[in-house]
Amino acid sequence: MSSENYAIEMLHITKRFPGIVANDDITLQLKKGEIHALLGENGAGKSTLMSVLFGLYQAEEGVIKKDGKEVKINDPNDANALGIGMVHQHFKLVQCFPVLDNIILGVEDTKNGILQKQEARKKVMDLSERYGLQIDPDAKISDITVGMQQRTEILKMLYRDNEILIFDEPTAVLTPQEIEELMQIMKHLASEGKSILFISHKLNEIMEVADRVTVLRKGKCIGTVNVKETSEAELSRMMVGRDVQLVVEKDEAHPSQTVLQVENLTMSSKRHSNNAVKNVSFDVKAGEIVCIAGIEGNGQTELVYGITGLEPVTSGKITLSGEDITNQSIRQRSLKMSHIPEDRHKHGLVLDYPLDYNIVLQRYWQPQFVNKAGILKKDEIRKYANTLIDKFDVRSGQGASTVARSMSGGNQQKAIIARELDKDHDLLVAVQPTRGLDVGAIEFIHKQLIADRDNGKAILLISLELEEVMNLSDRILVMYEGEIVGELDPKKTTVEELGLYMAGAKRNVQKGAE
Amino acid sequence: MKEKKSFLDRPSVQAVLAALICIVLGVLIGFIVLLLINPSEAFKGICSILKNYFNYPMGKICVKYFGSTLVKTSPLILCALSVCFCYKVGLFNIGAAGQYALGAGVALFCGLSLKLPWFLCVVLSAAAGALSGVLIGVLKAFRNVNEVISGIMLNWISLYCVNMLLAGVKEPTSPYTLKLQGHGNAAILPSLGLDKLFSNDKVTIAIPLSIIIAILVWFVLNKTEFGYELVATGYNKDAAKYAGMKEKKNIIVTLAIGGALAAIGASFFYLSGIAEWEVGQTSVPAMGFNGIAATFLGGLNPIGTIFSSYFIQHITDGAVFLDKTAFPSQIPDLITAIIIYLCGFMGFIRTLLHSKKKGDNR
Repeated sequence: MSSENYAIEMLHITKRFPGIVANDDITLQLKKGEIHALLGENGAGKSTLMSVLFGLYQAEEGVIKKDGKEVKINDPNDANALGIGMVHQHFKLVQCFPVLDNIILGVEDTKNGILQKQEARKKVMDLSERYGLQIDPDAKISDITVGMQQRTEILKMLYRDNEILIFDEPTAVLTPQEIEELMQIMKHLASEGKSILFISHKLNEIMEVADRVTVLRKGKCIGTVNVKETSEAELSRMMVGRDVQLVVEKDEAHPSQTVLQVENLTMSSKRHSNNAVKNVSFDVKAGEIVCIAGIEGNGQTELVYGITGLEPVTSGKITLSGEDITNQSIRQRSLKMSHIPEDRHKHGLVLDYPLDYNIVLQRYWQPQFVNKAGILKKDEIRKYANTLIDKFDVRSGQGASTVARSMSGGNQQKAIIARELDKDHDLLVAVQPTRGLDVGAIEFIHKQLIADRDNGKAILLISLELEEVMNLSDRILVMYEGEIVGELDPKKTTVEELGLYMAGAKRNVQKGAE
Repeated sequence: MKEKKSFLDRPSVQAVLAALICIVLGVLIGFIVLLLINPSEAFKGICSILKNYFNYPMGKICVKYFGSTLVKTSPLILCALSVCFCYKVGLFNIGAAGQYALGAGVALFCGLSLKLPWFLCVVLSAAAGALSGVLIGVLKAFRNVNEVISGIMLNWISLYCVNMLLAGVKEPTSPYTLKLQGHGNAAILPSLGLDKLFSNDKVTIAIPLSIIIAILVWFVLNKTEFGYELVATGYNKDAAKYAGMKEKKNIIVTLAIGGALAAIGASFFYLSGIAEWEVGQTSVPAMGFNGIAATFLGGLNPIGTIFSSYFIQHITDGAVFLDKTAFPSQIPDLITAIIIYLCGFMGFIRTLLHSKKKGDNR
């Protein structure tokens, strides 16, 4: 194939940082009109490679060619001029501006210093219609869903007539429905002649949407394969360098006594006047994993806040190991309850504290770590942290003294999981414990959760990933609009059936039942 | 592949270096300003500011004025600690200025009117400052009112309350309060021989105490469970709540301690007998605001504030020796302001130091 058929080529790119070769002789060729996936674990060098393409870093070796001609990309403006656009994992949008203003930001038409938005609006609406990207141009970013924010980002690229579109882990923040929608949009964009680079570590998405895939591992290019000629197992082997269990192995659950009992729990909502959790009752027994499935925003977050004590309950009763904890403080509850929070940056970590301080975040007040005079036993804290770091293989630059902010997402999550699993608990509340992590880390976390179950702990798992729900749980409860609408056995149900419950089309639990 | 950190790479060393660079640059720019105003006197001028008490011949008189500078440094240290402590918990205590005024008012009232002994005066004045901090803290914790806004408002309320409170103990013929000597001897801070050492009867235990308090603040923030909670709350109050800390209580307690520190500073200053309160004054004493400056120059470190406070007070006092016919008296304020402005670049200077270090490695 002659090189004119490639929209962009990155040939033999090498980029070094002090002490590490982030990209080692990597070649990536993006054909016109194809969806090309870039696959690799956290820290494999995907982001560095894209930063080189986007002009944020300069490669030490290698060349970049656009339409067969060598080009120099010194900064993002050069990238833009070449028609390269990127949707970042964390959107770059002005929260208090409407959608339209965000799209035209930086390339506004003005007449005598006054914004000319009419033509821009027309162009945006045309693009929106042509590519099926539904938006409300006048809604403020802070008021719209994550999915619509992402569509705004895509329209930003299209408005600038970008031909090469980079999507950096676009599905990490989306619900299953939104993911499905995004896949359709990407296919449509490719069919209209756009070339797409899709950065991901979710194998099923790559299999569904991509034409070819380039796999990176530890800064090296492992190979480029046609998606049609490969399998998920092969891809994960290329990515991780060993065989990965995609299906978690677990024995039959042996549930015993009830650990958590939730009776008629109602939680008010911060967003609307309606209750977020409506009269919900269920229980979790020792030795089982009960999973709450549902589309994001159907009351799962509020339910967890009620159980863990982050928000006061409106009404209802919560019993933990036979003790009424409805009105107990978070500290009291934490004696018997571990909590892997939904948002590791908001709740899970003090990002500016070192790793060892974060590892004792739930137990710094215990006699093991503080003496009677209230002085911290720093040596004990360090020693304990090092034990957990070894046991859970938490990797960081400077060990226990690494500032949490500088650690990778996967290792931050491992630190939280280490902390919560090692602490005394009867109940573990795990909210999306594998969100945004790569296959290797997910496998590790799943194994840990199952081991915890087999240790006789009760586990309440809240997850948006259907695969995770089906793989891990012993019982599935489906939440829809603040109610539990279904109780399912993962062995006797299918993803499709689960989807119907999640969408509210089916229910097998009576209103306010149990 | 743990890299051995060199001396220059240590954050503490870099902080000190950055502060020193700020000071040198600030003095240099101050000198340029002096040059512009009066070229022939400029060098002499800047020297006399920097020399301060060394303008006197070596010996007793020099030591005496060194003592005076120290007396004025101790309240500045405490105001800086007040700001620094709150800043570590993520709060900007601009209310330190009002709490300083309140502390002065309560200390002098207790000493002059109630004739209480010095330690009670200090304790009560600390309590008043703490109460003012609680007012700001409650608004912040429960109603999320910005502590800067409520702090500034309380500064004025405190100032006028103090003016009213002290109206009863003022000299009949001047706007100043009565002298402690003669009207409230019990309230004068003890010297423990320091007065003889410095040949200056205003030098009291306030000076060692303020240094001890600075060390205590550093200890609490860095070594204790209490400090762990407070700093965690400052960095991330959601995570603090998740970890079962009472984040609202922590905010209130922090501002209360901040208020107490500033008020203690005021009691240290006025109970040394070095100055009297001007009843009817219409501006909040600058000490609290200077504390903000000293905090940042001190690299937001409680120990650092001891040195930065001393330096700021040193050049402020040094200004007395500036030739008034040649230069306006605001020059030291200007130099301090330039230094503080340069402190904004401290991060930048640290980065420079850091990258220089890296360059050497290659």
